Amino acid sequence: MITLRNVSKQYPTRGGMRTVLDDINLTIRHGEKLGILGRNGSGKSTLIRLIGGAEKPSSGTVTRGMRVSWPLALISGFGGSLSGRDSLRLVCRLYGVDYTDKVGFVLDFTELGRYFDEPVQSYSHGMMARLAFAVSMVIDFDCYLIDEVVAVGDATFTERCNHELFGQRGHKAMVIVSHSDAFIRQHCDHAAVLVDGRLHTFDTNDQAFDFYQASLQVTAA
Amino acid sequence: MSTFRQGLRIQLRVLHALMLREMLTRYGRHNVGFLWLFLEPMMFTLAVVALWTAVGMHKGVGISIVAFGITGYSTIMLWRNMPGRAIGAIPPNASLLTHRPVQMFDVFAARILLEAIGATVSFAVLSFGAWMLGLMHGPEDVLKVLGGWLLLAWFSFAISLWLGAASELSSIVYKLWAPVSYIFIPLSGAVFLVEALPPVGQEVVLLMPVVHCVELIRDGYFGSLFHAYYSIGYVLVFNTVLTLFAMAQLRSLSRKGLQP
Repeated sequence: MITLRNVSKQYPTRGGMRTVLDDINLTIRHGEKLGILGRNGSGKSTLIRLIGGAEKPSSGTVTRGMRVSWPLALISGFGGSLSGRDSLRLVCRLYGVDYTDKVGFVLDFTELGRYFDEPVQSYSHGMMARLAFAVSMVIDFDCYLIDEVVAVGDATFTERCNHELFGQRGHKAMVIVSHSDAFIRQHCDHAAVLVDGRLHTFDTNDQAFDFYQASLQVTAA
Repeated sequence: MSTFRQGLRIQLRVLHALMLREMLTRYGRHNVGFLWLFLEPMMFTLAVVALWTAVGMHKGVGISIVAFGITGYSTIMLWRNMPGRAIGAIPPNASLLTHRPVQMFDVFAARILLEAIGATVSFAVLSFGAWMLGLMHGPEDVLKVLGGWLLLAWFSFAISLWLGAASELSSIVYKLWAPVSYIFIPLSGAVFLVEALPPVGQEVVLLMPVVHCVELIRDGYFGSLFHAYYSIGYVLVFNTVLTLFAMAQLRSLSRKGLQP
């Protein structure tokens, strides 16, 4: 279980402190699939990073009773001069996993071939995305943080990602940030909406989407 | 005990991973690659020692100019290069920090330790090489050399961590470190013996822990040829206080987090 208790996050700006997240309370249970909705800049990514531990709250506490992934991303941010193999090795070393068991899967998933030993900066966007995703699948987590990842890429890639994530790891907990209605409805049990730094959690996707639409109307008016 | 040991194991694993990555991103696999790690400080030191020899500095004092130069300039490579790598270390490594085993301390420590290893290997190779070539004598007391070097490495580690963390909170640190460290080169004890200074000057330079360390290292090498001035206690206290400051600075930085 992951618990956020009275979590707030502030960043200093020229105009003083800006509150990105305000008194957030959230619980994520084993196997739970939670969608997070919110406009651009509403703090969705910050929330994900707080859950993952890449960011520490300004106040409040985050307790993690399960192993939480890093926010899955489409680029492998380990430095362009590293090869795909180096990136895989690095992640395996960081998490204390045997690298030799994982090479086969990554080579197979990414179809990088001889590019696996070329620097990542020579990769196309597609190759980069496949590598980053495959490397994320190498470490076993109880909860995956997914930030708009799987919606990008060609159909085959999306399908294979979906298979790995929602097929093979379908019993894991997930926190999914997406702008795609269909994606959230398909994969999440329920959703929460971030508006003005506050998190509104709902029991169903429909309620969350209704509230989200209404909040957009209010700000537009 | 077991959680402490587990924590330590993770720490070492992460440091190992980050140092290997740092070597690859910095030196790549081309040419002599990671050999640059210690070739670079070696070339600096060699060039300066060659220059001093050519100019004929310290002729007639009885201390070999090669020994004086290597023991002196190598220390500069240590305390000046380590902070240089720590300052601004976080932004290019921001993506690593999304991995929970990786803490800001690890990012700094990996860079700083790598730099320390480079300077240490450079010092060891140069002094051993010069000794074998008969350009200088071997150390009279290896323990003093080792002690002085370790104290200086500790000082450099602490100040690097402090400046590295501070540089994320204020960009002034970037701008100031280059000129300030430049001014400290002639004051650091690398280019003089404390005994050669007037008493007032001695008091002033001995405020700097680096000077104590350099004197201790030289005492270990050729202590019979001059009177060394140092207080190990002073350096220990100074280093401890500096380390606490560095930890506090790092703590406030990691509380604040990265700007999105």
